[in-house]
Amino acid sequence: MQKEAEIRDPLILGNKTYHDITKDISRPLEGKANKYWWILFSLSFVLFIWGVCSMAYTIGTGIGSWGLNKTVNWAWDITNFVWWIGIGHAGTLISAVLLLFRQKWRMSINRSAEAMTIFGVAQAALFPLIHMGRPWLAYWVFPIPNQFGSLWVNFNSPLLWDVFAISTYFSVSVVFWYIGLIPDFAMIRDRMSVKTAPMKKQLYSFLSFGWSGKAKHWQRFEEVSLVLAGLATPLVFSVHSIVSMDFATAVIPGWHTTIFPPYFVLGALFSGFAMVETLLIIVRKVVSLESYITIKHIEYMNVIILLTGSLVGTAYITELFMSWYSGVEFEQYAFLNRATGPYWWAYAIMMTCNVLTPQLYWFGFIRRSFLWTFILSIFVNIGMWFERFVIIVTSLHRDFLPSSWTMFSPSFIDIGIYLGTIGFFFVLFLLYARTFPVIAQAELKSILKSSGSEYKKKK
Amino acid sequence: MFTITKNAKTLSMALMVVGLIALIFGFYTDAHAAWPSLLFNTYFYLGISVFAVFFIAMQYVSEAAWSIVIKRIPEAIMSFLPVTGIIMLIILISAAMHFGGNHIYHWMEVGIMTEGTENYDEIIAGKEAFLNTTFFLARSVIYILGWIYFSRKLKKLSLDEDKHGGLSYYKSGIKTSAWFMVFFAVTSAIASWDWIMSIDAHWFSTLFGWYVFAEWAAIGFATILLITLYLKRLGHLENVNESHIHDLGKWVFAFSLVWTYMWFSQFMLIWYANIPEEVTYFNARLQDYNIDGDIIPNNYKFLFWFSMIINFIFPIILLMSRDAKRHNSRLILVCIIVLIGHWINAYLLVAPGTLGPHGHIGFTEIGMGLGYFGLFLYIVFNALTKVPLEVKNHPFLEESKQLHT
Repeated sequence: MQKEAEIRDPLILGNKTYHDITKDISRPLEGKANKYWWILFSLSFVLFIWGVCSMAYTIGTGIGSWGLNKTVNWAWDITNFVWWIGIGHAGTLISAVLLLFRQKWRMSINRSAEAMTIFGVAQAALFPLIHMGRPWLAYWVFPIPNQFGSLWVNFNSPLLWDVFAISTYFSVSVVFWYIGLIPDFAMIRDRMSVKTAPMKKQLYSFLSFGWSGKAKHWQRFEEVSLVLAGLATPLVFSVHSIVSMDFATAVIPGWHTTIFPPYFVLGALFSGFAMVETLLIIVRKVVSLESYITIKHIEYMNVIILLTGSLVGTAYITELFMSWYSGVEFEQYAFLNRATGPYWWAYAIMMTCNVLTPQLYWFGFIRRSFLWTFILSIFVNIGMWFERFVIIVTSLHRDFLPSSWTMFSPSFIDIGIYLGTIGFFFVLFLLYARTFPVIAQAELKSILKSSGSEYKKKK
Repeated sequence: MFTITKNAKTLSMALMVVGLIALIFGFYTDAHAAWPSLLFNTYFYLGISVFAVFFIAMQYVSEAAWSIVIKRIPEAIMSFLPVTGIIMLIILISAAMHFGGNHIYHWMEVGIMTEGTENYDEIIAGKEAFLNTTFFLARSVIYILGWIYFSRKLKKLSLDEDKHGGLSYYKSGIKTSAWFMVFFAVTSAIASWDWIMSIDAHWFSTLFGWYVFAEWAAIGFATILLITLYLKRLGHLENVNESHIHDLGKWVFAFSLVWTYMWFSQFMLIWYANIPEEVTYFNARLQDYNIDGDIIPNNYKFLFWFSMIINFIFPIILLMSRDAKRHNSRLILVCIIVLIGHWINAYLLVAPGTLGPHGHIGFTEIGMGLGYFGLFLYIVFNALTKVPLEVKNHPFLEESKQLHT
């Protein structure tokens, strides 16, 4: 076992044994859902239904049901798409990059973060799909052979690169998530009784692929985890870089700037960690995981939020400065208009929630407070939505010809689809919390003796 | 304790002599080309030295343990920072005074910002609030003094920890490092705009600061790794095992790729959008010069692709596997390639904007580079002789010693 310095804080609290971990993690799966779960689920389900109706209406009547116009021809659709893709990013960083960095604290949060990635990407994928107008022709986004009619895709378009990047990202994330789940499904399988829950036992034994916990199984498990981490790490960069190129390859002032790829990646990690915190602070209460998701975990995530938030802030200031420095009047106007034009309030929300409020994490007592963290994580979620809105709508609404200048206001359907995806996301996440082991217990057990609080005291 | 071997001493002295000859030769034959050569070499070595400070700060704020057994190496590299800092200031001040044929910065030319004069350039005049010599020099002094201050402070904490022990030095190290990170994030980006990007005064790229940082990180890690391997070969650093070397190799690999990512992001977006005010920068590096109808072949074209390829292809292929990162001679090879590749890239950041079609890598450029290398070895190795090669009393020391991956 690896030596761990005494001064490191414990990552598992309470006098836990291996069996306690098993019991704690499988409890939500074996018991009945409590009141809070049902309240949250009902609320989310209502939003989800609203979303389904709005999407059905959009497909039935066309994109005209949205608030778009000839100048602002991209608005909430792509804003929501980028927002959801961004949220997914933290999952990949936690599962892949933090694995390569040997960060033990990732083990309590990676499962839920990866689930969040998958559910988030699923929401994001809905937007291009319904934006097509005729989603039954969605397969045209792939470069299918000419026998199917015609080759429709444009290889020069970043939108096509998105198709490849996001589908790769989605599949690697699912595989990564699933591999980690195998030993945990096996644990649940072994706890289920054939007499009381035969169906469940059969289901979990199917899902666990005959895992028996042999040394050979573990060796392969660790090997494949590392390989997948190596594959997923470039994906952390590529996906959001390509999303940023949807804008940056264009010659629209405010969109075309070279810092976009790394800045979008950092923004995505920033928003992703905020969403992980929002979810985990709820989950640890709802399914009693206080011993495993400790304030130290929250503090580490807050440090990452502080770092990425500050870098995103640096990028905002760099863009602002360079627009002046460039001497290009269109660039200068685009940024002046962002900060002081009719959408100044969106810019102000973005700056406050993404740059200013995360600076509060310099204070230890805020960084180590669940309540503060919960509030500030919501701030970041809001701020990052507005960041995309600012980039997209304010860059478009002042066209090159002043006669084309317009504003954007969302329709009832726009709002319904957006809130609907939030509902859908929570529906999926809440179902997941009742059917999956929400913490990677097999991995967590591997650090119990080095990072458990009781074991640390004994040394 | 480390003592400089006789061979190393002779080598560093010989290199310094070569550097001195190149310096005299360069300024005697063509001062106009010698200054840019001095600038890009200084940029290169300043990057290595300031990155060492960043490396230590990064280890503190991330609570990293693996690197504690090699901590003294970046601490020694930091001691080269004042030398490069002073040379950088000499270059900048002489540019501002147009001393000794120093015309690196076109925007410093007389009358360029005064309307009605022959030299007047409207676009450059629009940048006067930022590109004016007083503010420019004042900023540069602040960056360099600030970086030196933090490097001294971190080194002092480390030495005091050796002497007295206790957690207070470690905690204070985290605080100092966090402040350094903030200071460095701002200053390193602006320094890159000032010293390098403003050479092509019309051109701008928001990514430039991060691109330069990625380059400094790649060469910084390669240097740390090479010195570690050298010391290990001499029989020092008995607690550094294969796992530590492997970790350093991962960083060289990773930052070679991060640099490529930045390079690609900047190049691809500018190439794709093809906006005249941006694309000129790459045209100066890739297209033949047309001067009043005379076509002058572009010297930089080959170097441009060559440096990109060796900075990317070699590390990704040669360091991809786990075993490669534990194989000393492979690591040495890749680190040397990466250093040469980035040295060429540093040349390409400076030469086209200052020398146009007339730039080429010759004795002046290579000689100054070698001279710098000699000076670097002399100062860094001397710094290594003055302190024990392993820290004492660091709370993560034991964890670092037992690293096994």
